[in-house]
Amino acid sequence: MSALVFTLRDAPAQRLDLAPLTPDRLLGLSEGKIAAIELQTTRERLCAGDVFKIRMGDATQIRFDGGSERFDRIGAGMSQGEVSIDGHVGIQAGRLMRGGRVAIAGNAGPWAASGMKGGTLAISGHAGERLGGPLAGETVGMRGGVVIARGDAGARAGDRMRRGMIIVEGKAGAYAGSRIIAGTLIVRDRAGRLPGYLMNRGTIITMDGSDALSPTFADSGVHEFVASALMASYVQAYSPEVAAMLRRPWRRLLGDMAAIGKGEIFYPPVTN
Amino acid sequence: MSELTVNGIRVDDTFAEAFGMRATALNITAHNPAWAHQAAVTMTGFATSVIGCGCEAGIDRVLNPDETPDGRPGVRVLLFAVSTSELQKQLQNRVGQCVLTSPGSACYAGLEAEEKLKLGNALRFFGDGWQVSKRLGDKRYWRVPVMDGEFVCDAMTGLSKTAVGGGNIIVMGATAETTLAATELAVEAIGRVPNVIMPFPGGIARSGSKVGSKYKGVPASTNDAYCPTLKGSGHSALDTDIASVLEIVIDGLTSDEVAAAMRAGLRAILRLGPERGALRIGAGNYGGKLGPHHYHLKDLLP
Repeated sequence: MSALVFTLRDAPAQRLDLAPLTPDRLLGLSEGKIAAIELQTTRERLCAGDVFKIRMGDATQIRFDGGSERFDRIGAGMSQGEVSIDGHVGIQAGRLMRGGRVAIAGNAGPWAASGMKGGTLAISGHAGERLGGPLAGETVGMRGGVVIARGDAGARAGDRMRRGMIIVEGKAGAYAGSRIIAGTLIVRDRAGRLPGYLMNRGTIITMDGSDALSPTFADSGVHEFVASALMASYVQAYSPEVAAMLRRPWRRLLGDMAAIGKGEIFYPPVTN
Repeated sequence: MSELTVNGIRVDDTFAEAFGMRATALNITAHNPAWAHQAAVTMTGFATSVIGCGCEAGIDRVLNPDETPDGRPGVRVLLFAVSTSELQKQLQNRVGQCVLTSPGSACYAGLEAEEKLKLGNALRFFGDGWQVSKRLGDKRYWRVPVMDGEFVCDAMTGLSKTAVGGGNIIVMGATAETTLAATELAVEAIGRVPNVIMPFPGGIARSGSKVGSKYKGVPASTNDAYCPTLKGSGHSALDTDIASVLEIVIDGLTSDEVAAAMRAGLRAILRLGPERGALRIGAGNYGGKLGPHHYHLKDLLP
């Protein structure tokens, strides 16, 4: 059976909450019922049928033809199946995801994978600020699953991450991995200022160094880590290039000593 | 005892009697094959019999780098014990004293099962607070800082409750030399069967035992019926042409694998023939009343 397809009619006039359009919510629904699902974020009522042309198909395979930076909360809370978007999306893509896969062909806005617990979020373009991070008032960010951003990530990628893995194939903004509780953040390119700011535990790998490193990280020398070989095996399916680089020796920086100092940054052997 | 003859070798119409055991498996890796082997040999040392060692352990096979989680050369070992608690104790002590201490070693679960034993979860405390865990997907590893880097270990390993211990073949020959030659060939053949070990030295026991003893508190004693120097005692099970007897004990993760191992061993002995190898093959049992797994030799002949 072919995928259930939502084709964007026109650029949306308001931000849309697409959280209801997930396999969990659409399985077993008729076209009429799907078309009647409300997606508005203002007082002006807007239903799925108003925004999209709907072609019925397998609800575990949902495809959006056309994207928009106003597509918020796409794939939020989903636990199964796949949602793919042929374009950009707005804030909180894949927020609180528990399983399945969300594939975004364009860029994702801030808080993508916020509080994510499982599954895979793949962003072909860039990710906005606070990738995987918590919303205001929340104490924990990403709690599981894998995020792969092929482009860059904004500031504070992996903020307050508790578990799971984020792979950024491009650059990361300032404070990458700030306040990480545990988990793994890999930045293939250069990270911005002060990666690992106030991190407790967890691993940040900045493969091309960073713009500035906090003096509260303690150099523990260059080593070949069995753990990074394990990470390489795990990452292989998501990013073979990153996996190959992980198998090299890394400089281990312990920190953040301004917090409890049980975390680590893997840095290039030659500090730059 | 009635017997049949295959390729000139007498095969007793008897069976090996084996017992249900708890088992687990580990994949041990290191910088190179030699050190992976060293860690495995040390860990599985003094593990010939549950009677006196607490567990039975041995090397299952050598692992290529592409078969191990960290891409290094490795060795797979199996451990068997009579209870889950004893297996947990032996696992913790042996990995802690013999693998953790071995240069460059890492230790991973070699068995996936619903039920688990603590591996790194029990050993991590050696890190004295410096240990860190790393969760990758469903797997959780512990990284314990040690003097040559880090000891990396799976948090848990699988527990099998359907393992079998005590499959055996008794090899009888005219001389020590020919008996050993036949038994060595059998060990080599059994070594190619996956998921089984032969816990005795080089896979061979020369001191097969019977249950009990004339002495109080001794749980097992020499199998006098199979001791060639006691052939004249009146209790001997040996023929006049037998002057040497060796035993192969086999533990496997499943009953089918123990049977496959015995089949492979028998085939090797029978193929060698009586001139250069064994004159007779038997098996050890306790009358069939103690162990639920019975492996009749006649059913395993090639």
